[in-house]
Amino acid sequence: MKKKTLITIVALSLLAAVAGFANCGAGAGGGKSIAERAFVPPGQYDEFYGMISGGFSGQLSIIGLPSGRTLKVIPVFTQDGEKAYGYNEETKPMLMTSHGFIPWGDSHHPDISQTNGELDGRWVFINENNTPRIARIDLSIFETVEIIEIPHAAGNHASPYLTENTEYVVASTRFGIPTPQRDMPVNQYKGNFKGMTSFVKVGKDGRMDLEKEGFQILMPGFDYDKAHPGRGKSHGWFFFTTYNVDEGHTLLEVNASQKEKDYIAAINWKKAEEYLKAGKFETWNTNFAHNVYDEHTHMATTSWGKKVRVLDPSKLPGLVYFLPIKKSPHGCDVDPTGEYIVGSGKLEAQATAHSFTKMLKAIEEKKFDGEAYGIPVLNYEAVLAGEVKTGLGPLHTEFDGEGHAYTSFFISSEIVKWKLGTWEVVDRKPTFYSVGHLMIPGGNSRKPFGKYLLAMNKITKDRYLPTGPEVNHSAQLFDISGEKMVMINDFPTHGEPHYAAGIPASKIKDRSVKIFKLEDNKHPYAVKTPEKTRVVRKGKEVHVYMGMIRSHFVPDVIEGIKVGDTVYFHLTNFEQDYDVPHGFAMMGQQSSELLVMPGQTETSVWYPKKPGVWPFYCTDFCSALHQEMQGYVRVSAAGSNVPIKYTLDDDPVDVE
Amino acid sequence: MKKLIIFAALSVVFTFYCGEEKKEEPKEEALVPIDPKDDIGIGPVKSMQLADIDGKLVKEGEKVFKLKCAACHKMTKRLVGPPLEDVTKRRRPEWIMNMILNPIEMIQKNATANALLKQYTAPMAQQNLTEQEARSVLEYFRKYDSGKK
Repeated sequence: MKKKTLITIVALSLLAAVAGFANCGAGAGGGKSIAERAFVPPGQYDEFYGMISGGFSGQLSIIGLPSGRTLKVIPVFTQDGEKAYGYNEETKPMLMTSHGFIPWGDSHHPDISQTNGELDGRWVFINENNTPRIARIDLSIFETVEIIEIPHAAGNHASPYLTENTEYVVASTRFGIPTPQRDMPVNQYKGNFKGMTSFVKVGKDGRMDLEKEGFQILMPGFDYDKAHPGRGKSHGWFFFTTYNVDEGHTLLEVNASQKEKDYIAAINWKKAEEYLKAGKFETWNTNFAHNVYDEHTHMATTSWGKKVRVLDPSKLPGLVYFLPIKKSPHGCDVDPTGEYIVGSGKLEAQATAHSFTKMLKAIEEKKFDGEAYGIPVLNYEAVLAGEVKTGLGPLHTEFDGEGHAYTSFFISSEIVKWKLGTWEVVDRKPTFYSVGHLMIPGGNSRKPFGKYLLAMNKITKDRYLPTGPEVNHSAQLFDISGEKMVMINDFPTHGEPHYAAGIPASKIKDRSVKIFKLEDNKHPYAVKTPEKTRVVRKGKEVHVYMGMIRSHFVPDVIEGIKVGDTVYFHLTNFEQDYDVPHGFAMMGQQSSELLVMPGQTETSVWYPKKPGVWPFYCTDFCSALHQEMQGYVRVSAAGSNVPIKYTLDDDPVDVE
Repeated sequence: MKKLIIFAALSVVFTFYCGEEKKEEPKEEALVPIDPKDDIGIGPVKSMQLADIDGKLVKEGEKVFKLKCAACHKMTKRLVGPPLEDVTKRRRPEWIMNMILNPIEMIQKNATANALLKQYTAPMAQQNLTEQEARSVLEYFRKYDSGKK
């Protein structure tokens, strides 16, 4: 009996092994097994950087592909106690808005900067949905360096998407709102609420500007969901999917899906530039935060935008057209040639491709089916290129640069590969489960790197070991180098990835900064040499200028602090070697640690509340004697007259 | 029973292996005698010809020393590392340069540096000085030591 069981197990194992190999797919992956295709041996690098949005975590994950290794989680819109982002004095201004300091955000769609429609790897932009903002992350330091708030908007979902020379980054409104904001009854939505769409100018240095060179377009109060710039021949146009053209204001899951078709809005931004030049805009007063982090002062500052130029498409012919699309569309994706605009009606059993060439012809021949708020609606048949009869619930489409499109199907949990132009289905593979967005590195640019496709799923269920009611979202990686897609990896992600961007590692890795040069440190509270470290009292404010090196603080014994003081610890890391950060934590401090990179200065505030002697220490294991990296602050009662004193090894810090 | 035998055999192998490794452990030893004439250390600097002290270079060296070295080294007192007074009399210039430029390999492979680690416990930090910066620091040491005569 036992023997029989054993034989059965062995036989089954063999079968499984054979089946596994058969599954490799002929011609793809260079004859390697599935494991070999996803495996990156110890000490070797991944071929691609994946940049995956954190959704409700507000952050951006950097993942190596094909391995699925987490390389870093970059804090963007949410405070991060690990990196002191939004806790230290330097980065608190990054989270400033016209509503005040906001500790959390909802990050959605990363998009990497482009030159001539190809990924250039300088920056990655990502939008915040809840309190409309766009962030820019510098890919030489992998840190958030800029966040701009978008005024007159709500639910910044159709964002951040970049034009093909990174001229503009866009933002649009998912929730129609009174524009400008005012107190009015909600049931008077129709015709009164608007969906402001923004074109934020991106400078040569990456800096975003809405006030001087950017502009806004006062669109009807539909819900703008996704967007994609024109490419090549359609460069100069930008396409946005809209839903709720019904203008429902309650129970949208029913009331926003009454009409048979919604629209893709085609915005001619080159035309917009002409109208701006001709002065056909209104200047609106407003107030929005613009937060910029300076790599040399290691510090962010907030400035306030006060004005914005607004274009009214109902009065400006040729600026905007509507292309009908099956109802409740999500994805709006332009293929690498710029010819096809693929819309995905998420309740339908098909994806729809419109033709850019036919759109121009239809405009010329005025093939309109009426208008919406003064904006012409083009005839569906006149612009239609093809319908792809696929699965149920198409969401989003990416391209491989070989003439194929890959569409995710949420309801039927699958990816369908189809051919542009013939609209025939080539392959379909299940995902686990309910796939949202897809990502092919460069898959939304003129030049995709069609080797891998990442499916980001909305439902995880039984995919991994259970961790209570909440499980991380799942992602699956497919090798798409052959005709058939082959799943080669499966890993949990951080937060809820809505979209991702990917780029060959070779375009970024050699530019990655290893240390900040101490001599270039322009932080106003930096100390560059130990003899300049000091403790300075200004009334009830005390500034501690402290240095760190393996493995001590200078000074490491401080006296003369009193209850009721506000103590600023300004920590400079004297190290000049790669990967030697030092941390700082003060007992009882109502803040996060600091994590200071070599050559950098960071500041945290402490409000001592009790007399005593309180220790601080380095939180990042920095050397064999890391455990010894500590110090003491003596706190005396308010009104006591213990003088300020600071030492190292019981000597003044400037001994010699 | 068979399993037990295998286990026992493995245990023997393991024990033997452990025993052998123990034998290879370095003996307790006193500070390695330092012969400044011979020991140039390990690193990019193989030989040096020193000219008269260059005042401009000394100034540069003092700046670099304060920025990148002084957090751990004083001249007349031990802080983390050894006091550096008279270092140019104790060590060859090549050794000093290599210790600054290549500290990690030095403390592992150079007997003098390894002995210093035992005495001072904290390993010398790699501060990524350029060869020119290290040269200027050496000049600063030379000037310091010459002034003391």
